Formats: sequence, structure tokens, C-alpha cells
Amino acid sequence: MATPVKVYGPPLSTAVCRVVACLLEKDVEFQLISLNMAKGDHKKPDFLKIQPFGQVPAFQDEKISLLESRAICRYVCENYPEKGNKGLFGTNPLAKASIDQWLEAEGQSFNPPSSALVFQLALAPRMNIKQDEGVIKQNEEKLAKVLDVYEKRLGESRFLAGDEFSLADLSHLPNAHYLVNATDRGEILTSRDNVGRWWGEISNRDSWKKVVDMQKQQHSP
Amino acid sequence: MVVKVYGPAYASPKRVIVCLIEKQIEFETVPVDLVKGENKNPEYLKLQPFGSLPVIQDGDFTLYESRAIIRYYAEKYKSQGTTDLLGRTIEERGLVEQWLEVEAHNFHPPIYQMTTQILFFAKRGLPADENLIKESEEKLGKVLDVYEERLSKSKYLAGDFFSLADLSHLPFTQYLVGPMEKEYMIRDRKHVSAWWDDISNRPSWKKVLELY
Repeated sequence: MATPVKVYGPPLSTAVCRVVACLLEKDVEFQLISLNMAKGDHKKPDFLKIQPFGQVPAFQDEKISLLESRAICRYVCENYPEKGNKGLFGTNPLAKASIDQWLEAEGQSFNPPSSALVFQLALAPRMNIKQDEGVIKQNEEKLAKVLDVYEKRLGESRFLAGDEFSLADLSHLPNAHYLVNATDRGEILTSRDNVGRWWGEISNRDSWKKVVDMQKQQHSP
Repeated sequence: MVVKVYGPAYASPKRVIVCLIEKQIEFETVPVDLVKGENKNPEYLKLQPFGSLPVIQDGDFTLYESRAIIRYYAEKYKSQGTTDLLGRTIEERGLVEQWLEVEAHNFHPPIYQMTTQILFFAKRGLPADENLIKESEEKLGKVLDVYEERLSKSKYLAGDFFSLADLSHLPFTQYLVGPMEKEYMIRDRKHVSAWWDDISNRPSWKKVLELY
């Protein structure tokens, strides 16, 4: 059955997974149109028309074309409020504000150092790029400071924005998954009591398990 | 009860202040001196555990991350002040969110690097990383090229209406054209230039520059 909802990008991309996880949580049918980034699919004119920065993912439904994974997730939650996990983006303004706060914390504080580590430790070796020990050390220190804040927060709150799993927790799944499963630095998350507990809970969600399956089906580079 | 905004001397808090002015929301400011390390004081960290600026207090309610704060107030006071800051439909909101994220993840990282290196190091006679400045300027240039194309087809980033996405660019772009002395990055691009003139001449932004 054809669905107008399309996501463009390889399932191994962290940002693509963020969107796929959200669509699965919201029970929204979609089609994943993979791209071969090694072959430069994301820099071709046809793709640049829908994603002028040449990044993944891009998203389309019958009304709109969008880019930026966190914007796509917010749109999906707003456009399908009654589907799937109704509380994913909060059910009242204060809950939503807290989720937005932690989504921004993920984007501004967690994402930069964790992305750098994922690139250096998991991707660079596969791409025959020399690892930069200085960059690794710097980002480990940065990420450790961020996770100290998370450790305290998750000792007071079951999930980042409150008692319920939200888009803010979901947004962390892709990078955290790579850190724990594709590098030897996973203990930066798992050795902290509260962060470890939280990671165990969020990574066991059905939606995330489906994403991981999808990744496994795609032959790793 | 008046909204308290911490750190008005700095760029990210100004993102919040200009939004509150657009929405005609009363507020007061609380100074935080980064040079003195006041953002690392225990009392501040209770409000903003990452030690970043800004944080707001609205009665018992505390919120941090400027882009979360502006979304909250734009939605809460939708029918007050400038009403379309989040768009008028779900689709327009989607585009506002898209360009807010573009600002956060494509525009902000290079311009923030340039700000740190040029304004906090070089201008104070401390060693700046010239390579990093050059790389960041190139990255920012490429982003502005995409903006140039977009703004040749659309008056504002998300469409024909001024939104949070445009607003979010005000504080650091002001640093770029002012103390960083890189106005050419904006002026060399015809549509980005016109857009900058439009948004930076809004009474709300002029008020921010006057007061802080």
C-alpha cells in the first residue's frame, strides 16, 4: 500500500534513525528511501532540490517537504496527535516546554561531543580515516561533563523531561546506540547508575528495537 | 508576576528578550557576569545545571535553552503581540521548526566558533586559532549561500511571514556585522542582505540593542 510519507536517507544514519524511531512510536506508516552516501547520492541535484544542505534525512508527506530530523519529529507529533504514543511531545504546554528544553539540550550539549566520538571511534576506522586522539580526548571530557548533569537529573526524574518517555529521550537513541554498541567507550553511559538505568529503559522500547533490526538488515559498510 | 531573564548582556539571552518584546510580554533581567564565572555559582547551577545562558523564571516555573524558551512563549501567547511567529498552520509551523533547526545546527556552530575566537580571544590579545576562524568562515559562507537561494524565493526563511526562525538569527548575526567586522558576509549576498536589513530594523531588535 503506497503511503505519502517518505523518509530519505540510509538507515545507518543517526539523524535518519531519529525520524524513523519517531514515526514508529507514532504508528505512522512510512516508506524509507535509502541513499548511498558513499556514492554521493546526497549531493546530486535531484536530492539537493529537497535538501539544499545535502544532508540526511529529508521528509515528505502529502502536504510538505521538510529537513532537519528534530523538526521532522516535532512536525510528525503535531500532525498526528491522536496516533500511536500520544504523549510523545507532551499533552500540555508545560510538559511540552520541558521536552523542548531537553531536546535542545540534546541538540546543543549531547549531540556535538557524542557525534564526534561516534565519527572518530566507529566510522573513521571503517572509512580508513586516521583517528585524532586529541579530538577523542576533548570530546570524551565534554561528554562526561554533560552526562554528569544527566546523572543528577535522572536520579530525580525517570525520563529527562518527566515521568514519561518523550521525544527528548528518543532524540538521544541513535548516538547513544552507536557509542554503546559500536565503540569501546560505551561505559561512559553504562557506568553511571542513573544514565545506565535510563539507557536500558529507552533502548528496550519496541520502536527502537525495530530501528536496530532495520539497521541490521542493511548491510553495514 | 514578571518573567525573569538571566544574562541580558550576552547573545543567547537576547534571543529570548527580542521574542518577549515581540510578544509584548513583561519581563525583567538579572545580570550574570561570565568573566567572573557567575554562571558556575551553585545558585545559578540550581537553575541551569549546564551553566549556560539564558535561563528564565516565571513564578515557580524555570526553563532553559533559548530556543525552547521562545517556542514556549510564542505558543503560550499566540494571540498577543506579533501573532505569526510560529506560523498559522501545521505546515507553516513545520517550516518554522525546520529553519529554527537549520539555525541551531548549521548556522550556529560556525558563527559561535568565530564569535569565541574573534571576540573572546583575539580581541583580548589572547591567542586565537586562525585556522579555525578560516574554516568556520568557509562553513558559514556555504550556509549563507543556501540562505541566499532560499531568500531569493521567499521573503523570510519559513515563508512570507517573520517567524521565530528569522528571529533566532538576530543576536549572533549582529556580532558578525558589528564587532566581528565581517559585514561583507551579509552584504555580498543580495537577498540575505535585504533580509538582514528587514529583520534587524524591527523595533523589537532596535529596543534590545538600545537597552542591552
